[in-house]
Amino acid sequence: MDIKNLTIKKAHELLVNKKMSVLELANEVTKMAKESSDLNAYLELFSDVRAQAEVAQKMIDEGTATLMTGIPLAMKDNILIKGKIASASSKMLENYVATYDAGVTKKLREAGAIFIGRTNMDEFAMGGSTENSAFGVTKNPHDKTRVPGGSSGGSAAALSSGAALGALGTDTGGSIRQPASFCGVVGLKPTYGMVSRSGLISMASSLDQAGPFAKTVEDAEIIFDCIKGHDPMDSTSYPDDFPRKNFNKPRVIGVPTEFVHAKGVDARVLKNFEESLEQMKKAGYEVREISLPSLAHGLSVYYILMPAEVSSNLARMDGVRYGYHRDGANLLEDYMRSRGEGFGREVRRRILLGTYVLSSGYYDAYYGRACAVREMLKKDFEKAFEDVDIIATPTTPTPAFKIGEKSSDPLQMYLADIFTVPVNIAGVPAISVPSGFVSEGDAKLPLGIQFIAPHFGEDALFAAGKDFEKVRGNATI
Amino acid sequence: MAIELKDVEHLLGLARIAVSDSEKELLRHDLEEILAYVSQVKDVTAELFVPTAGELRNVMREDENPHESGIFTEDILKQAPARDGNRISVKKIL
Repeated sequence: MDIKNLTIKKAHELLVNKKMSVLELANEVTKMAKESSDLNAYLELFSDVRAQAEVAQKMIDEGTATLMTGIPLAMKDNILIKGKIASASSKMLENYVATYDAGVTKKLREAGAIFIGRTNMDEFAMGGSTENSAFGVTKNPHDKTRVPGGSSGGSAAALSSGAALGALGTDTGGSIRQPASFCGVVGLKPTYGMVSRSGLISMASSLDQAGPFAKTVEDAEIIFDCIKGHDPMDSTSYPDDFPRKNFNKPRVIGVPTEFVHAKGVDARVLKNFEESLEQMKKAGYEVREISLPSLAHGLSVYYILMPAEVSSNLARMDGVRYGYHRDGANLLEDYMRSRGEGFGREVRRRILLGTYVLSSGYYDAYYGRACAVREMLKKDFEKAFEDVDIIATPTTPTPAFKIGEKSSDPLQMYLADIFTVPVNIAGVPAISVPSGFVSEGDAKLPLGIQFIAPHFGEDALFAAGKDFEKVRGNATI
Repeated sequence: MAIELKDVEHLLGLARIAVSDSEKELLRHDLEEILAYVSQVKDVTAELFVPTAGELRNVMREDENPHESGIFTEDILKQAPARDGNRISVKKIL
């Protein structure tokens, strides 16, 4: 069986038509995961897959199966699954066993999905390459000398190598879309509040959102439909009866040309992007240039708000209630040493940055102003969406970079998020869809195109994404 | 924005993080560079800036319908580095 190209949709048909059992499917996927273990995509393959498969098989046999029943999934290591370790790839939580299911876990479990294992990530989701994991870097399946992107790099690499039929990640500034682009799969960051954040290990609470990785846009939609919806355990999740606009099929694509041609964007990425837009024109879309000047400030806003929220969220890791503990002479020293040793370098850096921008005397100059620019950016998006249905940019300014290439220069690493970060700041949804390849030596490195929609506009993204899948070429630049 | 070593030490104290002396200098350098970059938010907002907390507001729920007492206690206490019966134990503060 060609497990690498098997979609959720197709697997569902095979399962309900009894062409394959849930356990057979799960075993095939687990076999792929073991064969590609050199990628370091999975931190752990779960030992209870057989028991999970039995539950799913029963649902299929009894005719109560959903599209997700029996589908083997990879879960990012910051999503709680009761009774399993959730370490967020940190030494701090290396042995932390989840005491409850995350909202998304609960929904997937009820639908009968199979959790194959938990995947590697940048520590506490801070990074764009998985190099910040306390448990080693994940390698890109398309070129093992390169990063898979991050922070959800393990989920993207597992899916791309055929070691899962779908995967869950979290996206605070691009952590689903960027690795999806680097690994040649589809990645969706839903509207803020569409998917429960309950049971995700918090990074920056006003930006975090869980979402799917999938091989096709249709598969991403299937997973999204399963995990979306109100959760009383997340006060920022939208009630299901929240009034929202209905979307027609998108027709006009806006392109913030000036922003897309920013300094540091690879010429091959721009060429691929232009070609993708031409193909969308052929599919009947109108492409219109738009001006979104505040997009250029997205990164600055992000690297103030995010560390500020990080510094408060991670204050809970104190070496007292759970997690890593290192004994000192007194309680203060316990804190200092537990946190100093439990957190990795990038996490320490961001906590410090957040402490600075929130500290007395600097709060207004940094945090206060970043909040003001956030409102500007949101309004700019709203205004742009009066004229266009969706906005397109490349997902990333470059294809996957070499392991080690940017790890000593945090600012360079941050610049890799330039196209994805504004989306989280505005809270709107966006999808990354594979758009072709770049040749580098013997390897073909995937590229992605990002479509952005207004709040609750996921349907518009799926429609545009499916149209793009039909017309995109397989050209290598 | 010049960041000095003593600023870094002050922040490390506030954040309750102990690091080696060599890392302090690295952090000083990184912080200075990152703050220089993000400072552009000050230029953008120079004219229109009115201090604001943004439009995001917390949503609270009523503190009601508690779960049955004790059903999570064991699972949660099992995660604590040190415990004393049904309590988490810490060092004396005073």
